[in-house]
Amino acid sequence: MPIKTDNFATEERISPIRGTKRRNLDPAFRRLTMICGTLILLAVAGIFFELVLESRPSLEKFGWSFLFTGSWNPVTGEFGAASSIYGTLVSTLIAMVVAVPMSLVIALFLVEMASPGVRRLVGGAIELLAAIPSIIYGMWGLFVFAPFMADHVQPFLTETGLPLFAGPPMGIGMLTAGIILALMILPFITAVTRDVFTLVPPVLKESAYGMGSTTWEVTRKVTIPYGIQGIMGGCFLGLGRAIGETMAVTFVIGNRHEIALSLFSAGNSIASTLANEFTEAADPVYLSSLVELGLVLFGLTFLIQILAQMWLKRVRKKMGTGT
Amino acid sequence: MMEQRNFRLLGAKGPQETANIAWSRKPEIARSIGPAPSGKPSSKISSRNVNFYYGDQQALINNNLDIAGNKVTAIIGPSGCGKSTHLRTYNRIFELYRNQRVTGEIFLDGENILDSGRDLLELRRRVGMIFQKPTPFPMSVFDNVAYGLKMHYRMNRHQMSERVEKALRQAALWEEVKDKLDQPGTALSGGQQQRLCIARAIAVEPEVVLMDEPTSAIDPVATAKIEDLITSLKENYTIVIVTHNMQQAARISDFTAFFYQGLIVEFGATRKIFTHPSNKQTEDYITGRFG
Repeated sequence: MPIKTDNFATEERISPIRGTKRRNLDPAFRRLTMICGTLILLAVAGIFFELVLESRPSLEKFGWSFLFTGSWNPVTGEFGAASSIYGTLVSTLIAMVVAVPMSLVIALFLVEMASPGVRRLVGGAIELLAAIPSIIYGMWGLFVFAPFMADHVQPFLTETGLPLFAGPPMGIGMLTAGIILALMILPFITAVTRDVFTLVPPVLKESAYGMGSTTWEVTRKVTIPYGIQGIMGGCFLGLGRAIGETMAVTFVIGNRHEIALSLFSAGNSIASTLANEFTEAADPVYLSSLVELGLVLFGLTFLIQILAQMWLKRVRKKMGTGT
Repeated sequence: MMEQRNFRLLGAKGPQETANIAWSRKPEIARSIGPAPSGKPSSKISSRNVNFYYGDQQALINNNLDIAGNKVTAIIGPSGCGKSTHLRTYNRIFELYRNQRVTGEIFLDGENILDSGRDLLELRRRVGMIFQKPTPFPMSVFDNVAYGLKMHYRMNRHQMSERVEKALRQAALWEEVKDKLDQPGTALSGGQQQRLCIARAIAVEPEVVLMDEPTSAIDPVATAKIEDLITSLKENYTIVIVTHNMQQAARISDFTAFFYQGLIVEFGATRKIFTHPSNKQTEDYITGRFG
C-alpha cells in the first residue's frame, strides 16, 4: 500500500524496534576482535617457546658460544651459528643496499614523472614480479644469472682489486644471492613507496615547488620525510622477506659453513642451512642446533624490528610527521 | 535583477559566447576581453590576453590585468570563477599538472615569464606563494624558514640564522617561536603555521607574494594577525591575494579585480569597486546578491 505523503494522519505508524528484537551486538563483536588479536600474540609466544624447548640440548651444550663459533661439523658434533648469521646479515644487507634506492627511484618515476600509461604498465610489471614464486628466482639465479655474473660482472669487479671482490668468479656466492634477494624484495618496497608518494598532499608538494625547488629537492626534503613511516614500513616488509628467504638463496649462495671477506665466495644463511640439513640431521644435538638456528633468526628479526622502531621514534620527534 | 537573470541565462551557453554577448552589451568590461593595451607594460605584473585551459575546458578568457608594485591587489569572485587559476599562472605552478596549459603573455618587470626558456626556479624564488591550508614541511621551525635559503643562497651558519630571524620577525612570528626553533613546524598552531609559511616565502627575498585564500582555514584572531602582517609586508613586497571574504578584500587591498566565469569583469581601486562599482554584476556580488 503506497504511503500518502500529503496526508500524515493516515500514514501507517512504524515504531522503532525495541527490547529483544534489536540487540546491541557491539560487546560480542568487541570480544571477537579481542580473541583474534590475542591469537596473534599466542602464536608468536607459542613459536618462541617451542623453539626454546626443542633447542634445549644444543643450548645446554654450547651456551652463548653457539652464536660466535664459526665451525659447523656434524661429524664431530660441533655446531656454531656464526657463519650462518654472517651470511644472513650480509646477503640481506646487499639486498637492502641494492633494492631500497632502486625502489625509491622507481616509485619516484612512477608517481612524479611517468605518463599515466607508462605508470600502469610499469606498475603492473612490478606487481607481477612480486607474484613469482621464490623457487623460480632460485632456478633463474642458478642457471641464468650466476653464469652471467661469472662471465661479465665478476671479472670486471675483480679488477677493482678490493678484497671484497677477490677470488675465482664462480657465479654463485654471497653477492649473487644478495642481488637475487634484492630483485625479490624490490616489488614490495616499490609498491609501498609508490603508495606513500601518492598520499603526500598535492598542496605540500606545490608549496615546495613554489619555493623554487627541483623535483629531487622536493622529494628528498619534503616527500620522503613526510612519508618516512610508510617507506620504512615497506623496507621492513622487504627486509623481513630477505632475511628469511630460503629457496632462492639456497640455490645460489653456495652452502658452505665459512666466513669469508670476499663476496664472491660461497657462504650460507640461516634459512639455507635449515633447508639443506634438516633431512639429514639424525643426531639429537644436530637437530636441536638447527632449531636453535631458527631461534636465532627469530631473535634477529625481533632485534632489528626494535631498533627500527627506536630510530623511527627519533625521526618522528625531529620532523613532527605522523601521530 | 533583470540583468542578472539575463546574464545567468547567457552563462548557460558557455563562457566564450557569454563573453561576446557581454562585450556587446557592456562596454565597461572591455578591459578584460577587448584588445590588449599595447606597448611595454610598466606594472610589476601585467597579464595580456591570458587564456587558461584544463584539458579542453577553458577557465580563463582573455585576462588582462596590471598588478601595481608594492600594493595589495585582491582578486574576488564566486567559486569556480578562475581566481586561483589566474593566480597560479604567475609562478607557473600549474605546470606540475599534465593537462593544464596557458596562452598569452604575463610580464614580470617587463619580461614575459611564459617564455619557454625562463628559469623556473629563479621565477619561483622571485614570486612566492602561500596556500589556503598551512603547509609546514616535515622539519623544524628553523629548517622550514631556512629551506629556501639553502637552495637559493650560499651562506654560512651565522648569516643563515640572521636571515631566518629576520624573516620570522617580518612575519611577526619571532617572539612566539624563538624558543621553539628546534621543534617541528607542525607542532605550531594553525595561525602560527601560516605565518611560518609566510616567513619561509619571504626569507628568500621574493618580489611578489601570491596568497591563495591564506586565511580561510584560520580562526578569526589569527586571521586579524595575518591581515595586519599583509598590510605591513607591502612595504617590501607586491602582494596578490585571492579571497572569498569581501570584508577582507575591502580592509587590506589597494586594488580589487572581480572575476566572473573566467572573465575579469571589473578592476580598479578597492574603494571605488566597493562604493561605486561600475558594473551591475560586481555590485550584485559585493552586496551579496549572488555568489
